[in-house]
Amino acid sequence: MVDGKKLVVSASPHLRTKDTTRGIMLDVIIALIPALIAAVILFGPRVLAVTATTVATAVLSEFLARKVMKRHNTIGDLSAVVTGLILAFNLPVSIPLWMAAIGSFFAIVVVKQMFGGIGQNFANPAIVARIVLLLSFGQAMGNWTAPLSWKTDAVSTATPLAIIGGESTEALPSLLDMFLGVRGGCLGETCSVALIIGGIYLMARKVISYKIPVAFIGTVAVIMLIAGKFDLEFVAYELMGGGLLLGAFFMATDYSTSPIKSNAKIVFGIGCGLLTCVIRLFASLPEGVSFAILIMNLLVPHIEKIMAPKPFGTVKEKKTKAGEAK
Amino acid sequence: MVKAGVDGVLKAVKKVRGGVKVDHHKNTAEMEVVRIPTPSKVVIPMQQHIGAPCDPVVKVGDEVAVGQLIGDTDKFVSAPIHASVSGKVTAVGDVKLPNGVMSKAVTIESDGEMRLWDGIEPPKVETKEDFIKAVRASGLVGLGGAGFPTHIKLNFPADKNIDTLVINAAECEPYITVDYRECMENSWDILSSVYTLKEILGFKNVVIAAEDNKPEAFKILKNIADHKDDIDDSVKLMILESKYPQGAEKMMVQSATGRRVPPGKLPADVGCVVMNVASVAFIARYLKTGKPLVSRSLTVDGSAIANPKNVRVPVGTNIGEIIDFCGGFKTEPAKIITGGPMMGLAIVGTDLPVLKQNNAILAFSKDDAVLKPETDCIRCGRCAIACPMSLMPTNIVRAAKAKDADSLKQLGITVCMECGSCAFACPAGKPLVQHMRLAKAILREEGNK
Ligand code: SF4
Ligand code: SF4
Repeated sequence: MVDGKKLVVSASPHLRTKDTTRGIMLDVIIALIPALIAAVILFGPRVLAVTATTVATAVLSEFLARKVMKRHNTIGDLSAVVTGLILAFNLPVSIPLWMAAIGSFFAIVVVKQMFGGIGQNFANPAIVARIVLLLSFGQAMGNWTAPLSWKTDAVSTATPLAIIGGESTEALPSLLDMFLGVRGGCLGETCSVALIIGGIYLMARKVISYKIPVAFIGTVAVIMLIAGKFDLEFVAYELMGGGLLLGAFFMATDYSTSPIKSNAKIVFGIGCGLLTCVIRLFASLPEGVSFAILIMNLLVPHIEKIMAPKPFGTVKEKKTKAGEAK
Repeated sequence: MVKAGVDGVLKAVKKVRGGVKVDHHKNTAEMEVVRIPTPSKVVIPMQQHIGAPCDPVVKVGDEVAVGQLIGDTDKFVSAPIHASVSGKVTAVGDVKLPNGVMSKAVTIESDGEMRLWDGIEPPKVETKEDFIKAVRASGLVGLGGAGFPTHIKLNFPADKNIDTLVINAAECEPYITVDYRECMENSWDILSSVYTLKEILGFKNVVIAAEDNKPEAFKILKNIADHKDDIDDSVKLMILESKYPQGAEKMMVQSATGRRVPPGKLPADVGCVVMNVASVAFIARYLKTGKPLVSRSLTVDGSAIANPKNVRVPVGTNIGEIIDFCGGFKTEPAKIITGGPMMGLAIVGTDLPVLKQNNAILAFSKDDAVLKPETDCIRCGRCAIACPMSLMPTNIVRAAKAKDADSLKQLGITVCMECGSCAFACPAGKPLVQHMRLAKAILREEGNK
């Protein structure tokens, strides 16, 4: 006979999925690696210095913040590593390392931990950090290094969207170069093919759903098609330019700051796309993605409230009533 | 695997959304149900399931025989209880049930003879009233785990327009194979019951539904559906995708008819009755012999059990004795549950009696018993994707923490059936079912204010 003292008596269910937060974050890290490799090839070994700085600062900040707040240590869930990586991807390769460190500290401590840590923050930490850096160090944040120039003499360049916007008279990179990432921009945002591979990996692993990226990118495509008077080449530059792919696959899909339910995800994605276009077309800021996602982040609670799902059976009840009334 | 689209086999009218894929672990599927040796004593609680407890109608010292009435009540939601062995009543007193509730119980010391009670005779059934009375007298409750008295379920008023009987052979909980065995071994009972139920209760359609991971049972059920007695082709077999909780009542109704049971309502409110396949088979045996529900089949399995088996045991048999019959433990058990791993109840020890509605005893060694540690919710939404009731468990947790009864109501917490899909899917290892129960308690409290 077995007596109770040794038996675990826990609430059902007695089976759990093997997936863990750490596993999910590891998948995101894996998905970011192709773009990281591409960045090293395009912008040189300094990419690794910037990335190491943001990742190390993020992890250290998370560790210290949790300690100061007397909460359990969470660096093991790897989410700080992800934030560090994504922030690095949003910086120019030439950024002074101390600035990168400040951004990373800000993302983790102010945006994430002060709101309660993973799952609780309402704005994407990397995006807020990027915007704060933009506002504080505009010059350094807008200093674009020409791709593949690191082996010889690093020269500066303009981003393709700035060239399209007429801010620079440089020659526009070819569409193939855009696809491969041979263009000016933040170190992790340029290589479209690597970002698409990462995005597909995340969808295949069911870490993210296709809804936000497809709605986001699709909306930008449709609006730019109309705005560009059906010039497909213009649309292609808009889709591969700026941080659209990085934002759509890796930032707008952040769990904490995007809606949970499918239909709300689509609305959120469309909203991101719309705002991106509005900012790019009317505010004459070529880079609209970060601001668009940030604004939509803030709207998530409202979207979720308006689009709250009806519990099983409720919708049908109304329908039958309406049916009877006919 | 049986492919959908086989002639005469229906596919779900409306597919169940949500749910989770769990490993089946149907290790005992090909093991015939074996009768355990007559236990030396049984302890039969007067409170077996949902509803009012029975009052003992025997006293210490009485000689009783198998099938003799030992407990009954005139309360509405209840089913009578019968002696499961022959012998002498040695105690009528309080015992602790697996869920921790105290109940009166009748203890019978067995004389080892399993003598049938003289008063047992097949019931005379001509009308619906006779039938309902007979089902009540049989002591039948839902054998799939819920244990709701069957006669109440079947005694629906004529104005409810009940047209569909759904026979649940989904058995979506991992490990458990007794319903599958019922199909394999007692298919004639199922067959005869299907036609009795249809005739007496006037169902227009009968849908027998099983998951697609039971091809052998499918062949047998197909024969039942295609039986020559079914002249107007109203008995249909339905194939369901193997997915938990396919066998939940509301899910079964949706699959079989496309209808959705509104919150707070029963399948009967949308014209359906759902019955577990073992309960259906029992009715046929009872009508033939008059022997009430005194024994049931159980799957005994799990990583700590030496020889997993399907066993037939008298109600009230000691769980420890059943495990001993299955070779005892091969490793030290760290968790023992009655029922399936998704909704079953973890018990504090093996010195407990088997109840009418228990369908499994599972014992797990430490590696399987200790769940992964709980971490912070990452708002991944997997709980919401998994919830077949379209709830947002993570938001419910937040509202419950804030003791926000209004939000809880809006979030629809009352429709939660505690199926555990959300908690299974959660990467952060949140005990979400516990949170759901807590949330319901908050709402109840608020209602009492
Ligand atoms: S599945 Fe778990 S971690 Fe994900 S949102 Fe639900 S409660 Fe949070
Ligand atoms: S336990 Fe409740 S909330 Fe969780 S999945 Fe089942 S019905 Fe949904």
